[in-house]
Amino acid sequence: MSDTPPFALQIQGLRYRWPGAVSDTLALDELTVAAGEAVFLRGPSGSGKSTLLALAAGVLLPGAGQACLMGTDWAALSARQRDQHRGDHVGLVFQQFNLLPYLSVLDNVRLPLRFSRRRAAQARAGEAEHWLAQMQLPQPQWLKPAAQLSVGQQQRVAASRALIGRPEVVIADEPTSALDESLREAFMDLLLASCREAGSALLFVSHDARLAARFERVLDLPALNRGGARP
Amino acid sequence: MTPLLTLAARSAWNRRFALGWVVLSIALSTWLLLGIERLQQDVRRNFSQAVSGADLIVGARTGPTQLLLYGVFHIGQPTQPIRISSLQALAQHRAVAWVVPLSLGDSHKGFAVLGTTAEYFERFRYGERQALRAVQGPLGFAGLHDAVIGAEVARQLGYQLGSRLVLSHGDGALEDNDHDDQPFVVTAILAPTGTPVDRTVHVSLMAMESLHQDWATGMHLPGSAAKLGEASGPTQPDLTPRTATAALVGLKVRAAALAVQRDVAAMREEPLLAILPGVALDELWSVVALGERGLQAVSALVAMVSLAGLVAVILAGLNERRRELAILRAVGAGPAQLMALLALEGACITAAGVLLGALVHALCVAALAPWVQAHWGISLRLMAPGSAQWQIMGAVLLGGLLASLLPGWRAYRLSLADGLSPRV
Repeated sequence: MSDTPPFALQIQGLRYRWPGAVSDTLALDELTVAAGEAVFLRGPSGSGKSTLLALAAGVLLPGAGQACLMGTDWAALSARQRDQHRGDHVGLVFQQFNLLPYLSVLDNVRLPLRFSRRRAAQARAGEAEHWLAQMQLPQPQWLKPAAQLSVGQQQRVAASRALIGRPEVVIADEPTSALDESLREAFMDLLLASCREAGSALLFVSHDARLAARFERVLDLPALNRGGARP
Repeated sequence: MTPLLTLAARSAWNRRFALGWVVLSIALSTWLLLGIERLQQDVRRNFSQAVSGADLIVGARTGPTQLLLYGVFHIGQPTQPIRISSLQALAQHRAVAWVVPLSLGDSHKGFAVLGTTAEYFERFRYGERQALRAVQGPLGFAGLHDAVIGAEVARQLGYQLGSRLVLSHGDGALEDNDHDDQPFVVTAILAPTGTPVDRTVHVSLMAMESLHQDWATGMHLPGSAAKLGEASGPTQPDLTPRTATAALVGLKVRAAALAVQRDVAAMREEPLLAILPGVALDELWSVVALGERGLQAVSALVAMVSLAGLVAVILAGLNERRRELAILRAVGAGPAQLMALLALEGACITAAGVLLGALVHALCVAALAPWVQAHWGISLRLMAPGSAQWQIMGAVLLGGLLASLLPGWRAYRLSLADGLSPRV
């Protein structure tokens, strides 16, 4: 796309304070993720990580400053438009419990297509199958209810779901913390390769600094944050 | 809406065990509401259909409802007998077109026996002023011991033309009270009417008189009356009827009903009461309506309790579903859509319950109709839902929808508060 902005995610002068808190939880002068870039954001628990991700995904709005995704300021959109914008441009992977247990693996992967016309239009025929294969999930598992998969398999399904329809930004919140080491390495390989293939920028948040070596850019949240995050 | 609908269905199916019980309880309350409505309508229809011919019903002085119930429907306590001579005097009234005496009190195997005249078959009307019709045999009493039986009597007892039957004195509780010295012969079978006529054995007033001549002292004294089983002869004793229980009265001009009613009350022969069947029925319904409203109130409460159960079950499950809500928000569902999801789930469950209730109701009507007809003489009709039924089902559905807004609202609040990371 010719009008693709240089930054997938751009945060400037952002202040966020939880209701009732005496000081800012987050105070970030600048945080950017370029289009197609893979960024590792290190942050121990309690460093305001979840809050930052909620701001980046437009679930929360900053008290001051800007959080722009694909050049659009979240604050400029209505609540409904924010949900739509998120569904159109962001793929999310959580720590665990990513899947709806009553849907099959394939239906879970296709879930974003139900809510985003844009991603449904961008998704090629057989794309869900493509990402599942790419994430090395054995084909016999595809039609099973998601609840029957192991945790490692569930995370790979979640990654496939984040990638379907090739959203510009994938945000992953500690996706490997429930995996043991060998699974973690494999998952990281697959996730990074797939994001590259999809052309999606990746904002990967973790407390585990050992994973940082694989990324083009590494940011340290406690260093960036001038506010006092919640304990 | 479509992606939500399938999601709601899949999600509900995932929790089908708990939700199944909710569906059952909603079905039960729908069934109750529909059943009471059906029964009420059919009972009223049955009653009002049974009295479309007569302008007045005359009997001994009691309550109007008692006279109506006993005289027409053969329900409740017998009323005092009245003299035929009084009825003959009434027939002379200038506004009166005809008087048909009715004599009740005997029974045959649980069916009422009605002593009357052949004119009864001409005058009696039921439903939309339809006349009685025989499917077999001629209407009327050619011989003294001819019996014309209702359709239900013939069906249940397997009687055909020529079948012989013995009447019992009173309700037939004492076997010694059988009129076995004077068996009757079925000479005609009536077409079904859906009224108490179907459950009645009709004999002539004279036969009634004959049966009871040797019962004058209140007990059976055999031989005190002539044997009359075979034929009537010149030696026949005087069988002119002397008493009856009630009478159907037809007027020349319907507008005279109130005047005749007053005149009957003032008759010098004996204390009599005349009722307008429609008015008496209305009085009856106004009494019955209290009970009906009580029943309706209880079933409405049952419906409310089951809807409260619906809300409770969905709300209880909601905490475990905060993850589900966060996932849906992550893929672009808004809080309003999550609210719709929950409300839709409640609505679907209610709809399933209502549907099941209506189905069970229809099955019950179909299965129980013969039994109800046999025991209470009320014909239940299996029919497409009428406006009252639609109203009931609509009300339950609407109630379910409104009740489901509560968990929907809670989901809305939760998803706003939780964002992408539910604090579970």
